[in-house]
Amino acid sequence: MGTHAAAHHDAHHEEHHDTGRMTTLGFWIYLMTDCILFASFFATYAVLFMNTAGGVSGKDIFDLNLIAGGTAALLLSSITFGFAMISAYKKNKGGTLFWLFITFLFGLAFIGIELYEFNHLIHAGNGPSASAFLTAFFSLVGLHGLHVTAGLLWITVLFIDVAKRGLQDRTVTRLGCLSLFWHFLDVIWICVFSFVYLMGAM
Amino acid sequence: MNLLGKLSWDAIPYDPIVLGTLAVVAVGGAALFVFMTLAKKWGWLWREWLTSVDHKRLGIMYIILAFVMLIRGFADAIMMRTQLAVATNGSEGYLPPHHYDQIFTAHGVIMIIFMAMPFMIGLMNIILPLQIGARDVAFPFLNNLSFWLAVSGALLVNISLGLGEFAMTGWVAYPPLSGLEFSPGVGVDYYIWALQISGIGTTLTGVNFLVTVLKMRAPGMKLMDMPIFTWTCTWANVLIVASFPILTAALAMLTLDRYLDFHFFTNDLGGNSMMYINLFWAWGHPEVYILVLPAFGIFSEIVSTFTGKRLFGYKSMVYASGAISILGFIVWLHHFFTMGASANVNAFFGIMTMIIAIPTGVKLFNWLFTMYKGRVRLEVPMLWTLGFMVIFSIGGMTGVLLAVPGADYVLHNSLFLIAHFHNTIIGGAVFGYLAGFAFWFPKAMGFHLDPKYGKISFWCWTIGFLLAFMPLYVLGFLGMTRRLNHTDNPDWNIWLYIAAVGAFVIAIGIAAQFIQLFLGFKNKDKNLDKTGDPWNGHTLEWSLASPPQFYNFAKLPQVEDIDAFTDMKEKGTAYQRHESYAPIHMPSNTNAGPIMGLLATAMGFALIWHIWWLAGASFIGLIVAFICRAYASNTDYYVQPDEVARIENEHLDNVAKG
Repeated sequence: MGTHAAAHHDAHHEEHHDTGRMTTLGFWIYLMTDCILFASFFATYAVLFMNTAGGVSGKDIFDLNLIAGGTAALLLSSITFGFAMISAYKKNKGGTLFWLFITFLFGLAFIGIELYEFNHLIHAGNGPSASAFLTAFFSLVGLHGLHVTAGLLWITVLFIDVAKRGLQDRTVTRLGCLSLFWHFLDVIWICVFSFVYLMGAM
Repeated sequence: MNLLGKLSWDAIPYDPIVLGTLAVVAVGGAALFVFMTLAKKWGWLWREWLTSVDHKRLGIMYIILAFVMLIRGFADAIMMRTQLAVATNGSEGYLPPHHYDQIFTAHGVIMIIFMAMPFMIGLMNIILPLQIGARDVAFPFLNNLSFWLAVSGALLVNISLGLGEFAMTGWVAYPPLSGLEFSPGVGVDYYIWALQISGIGTTLTGVNFLVTVLKMRAPGMKLMDMPIFTWTCTWANVLIVASFPILTAALAMLTLDRYLDFHFFTNDLGGNSMMYINLFWAWGHPEVYILVLPAFGIFSEIVSTFTGKRLFGYKSMVYASGAISILGFIVWLHHFFTMGASANVNAFFGIMTMIIAIPTGVKLFNWLFTMYKGRVRLEVPMLWTLGFMVIFSIGGMTGVLLAVPGADYVLHNSLFLIAHFHNTIIGGAVFGYLAGFAFWFPKAMGFHLDPKYGKISFWCWTIGFLLAFMPLYVLGFLGMTRRLNHTDNPDWNIWLYIAAVGAFVIAIGIAAQFIQLFLGFKNKDKNLDKTGDPWNGHTLEWSLASPPQFYNFAKLPQVEDIDAFTDMKEKGTAYQRHESYAPIHMPSNTNAGPIMGLLATAMGFALIWHIWWLAGASFIGLIVAFICRAYASNTDYYVQPDEVARIENEHLDNVAKG
């Protein structure tokens, strides 16, 4: 096989598929599968949230002030990721790195608050094994938290990528995918906050 | 801390049947190992096949996986049928319940997840990119990874034979039976991780092929110009991405219940096992359409090819497939009418189920109208198609009977149900894949299967199927329920004997499949397909050599018709020699797929046996491998024009000679 890689892009670019756009479309479809994963956990929460087995319900344990703090951190992180993307499209390496870092800090704050809440609940005897309500609650919120954690790892990888190699097309495509992922998690969180925390605490 | 978790020497089952099977596998494996080593083929196998990102090679490997698992799943089937034939009149038979229960669970899981799915995905891999005039799929590495995740799941199921046990819950693994309280062993854990790992691979396949179809069609090919097999696969992929995450969720919840003492589905502390059953079938029902829609596409291609006509009602075929896909999502509750939902809920799901018969009927009539006044060539693929039309219709009609909630209360979990779903899955999906196998085999491999044994296989499958499953309808009416280990009702005996005979006739049919393969290979030189168009085909895959050039299309074809290749042949634009070719951009093979598959297997195995250090290490390994792959260089190369010209001219010379 002739295996010499060479810059032949111009020679046949009517046949050249735009891999960046394909990646983005693929990532969109993946996000929709993720959305269905969350939908399944939401549905399960809806079925189980009243099954407190004589234990606590949402009213007893949700600390809205704490959650409002976490929510604010996550929503702000979406804005700062937006700034990172604007910088990336302008090929502004320093700005991209700065806003990625700020986004990372907000995401970390959100996860920190979530871990504090979980830890607090478990130590008060309201861990996920206590009732079906708590099982569904910990799983739904925890699933979102795992996604955010994966997002933090991804931000770290792309931060190093941008720092080392700058803003190549491939990196910008990947930043775009991460941006979709990050905003998607924000949308999911708005649903979690509204349906789990607000409706639960009312 | 125990470094091996729950694993110990006690995990090896001291059962003569299991040990005998292991001995056969060990001897066979050793023979294969010695042969490969002596022939110095390991490097070739690794470089050319296992690490390949070529969709055609991945497709072939998927089909090999499907055939291997068919043998395993069918061995389970024939053991069940013989057990039930001897364990009558109160006799215990030769399979004790704890073994028998594993066998029927493994049979269902293997046949659906590790036989039918790989067969379907294999055919889709080989053919779909060719039909739309693409050089590969959208994400070739991901395609390789999906394959290895499927293999990983299959490996776990097979390891369970020799280490520990498999689930004894039936292939649906309903809690609370599948919960820790009633299934404390590793069987359900094998089930969970085998399905979870392969299911993630399937989801990735769905994403991959949707992007392929949406972004990589040949110039001029609109969505409504796509060949019908591509369309039905596309609907199946829509169903995959919409339904497999539900399975992922249900299995994750069962995992949490079993590993971390959560209470999703437990009897105590507010758990609700019906939630699992709902989630399972919200995936499970679309899953059967994922299996059967591509088979419908295969039949459509075959009917139009072997009658030499255009497919009747192409558009209605596309819309009918879409209607089936959407309806397939709002019928899941018919799997448990007896749950005790209100009459209105059951009526809704019953009516929706019956409505599916309408688009399916549209398809049947389209096939019949395609054949009407056509010149039908009774080749092997066409035989399967005709057999399907008869057998599947029976299965469809019994399905409509089961859709009546009142009737279902009588027939639920009886052998009538078993007869019904084998009637549709074997008569629909399996016949479709075997038809597609015979139809596209010369395309993929470059030579024909032996047609005589192909016909023998068809007749044995058809007669064997009728013998094995028609008695089950009767037994269902006589009150026999599913998953019985032994029986004590003299009225049932004769039907159980007939069903066992049927299973052995199917065994001959399966043997004939392998003989047609062997004879085809043995007489390869006589059976070569030199032109690449052995059946006078309609679609673009037939415009290529057999097997196709590794880059598929030297120049992307310009498409002006649904039957693009027929159109080219009629206009005289087929088989053009070009003055010059552009370099072709191709993805390189990669080690990352098999390595990640191996890590996933290790992680699944470690989680099953509670070997936590290994689970953690292989999980981190997976992440690291993925990141390394994301930043790998040399992931692609260019095929130079002189090489393309040489390969193309060779093919065109062969066509001119043929």
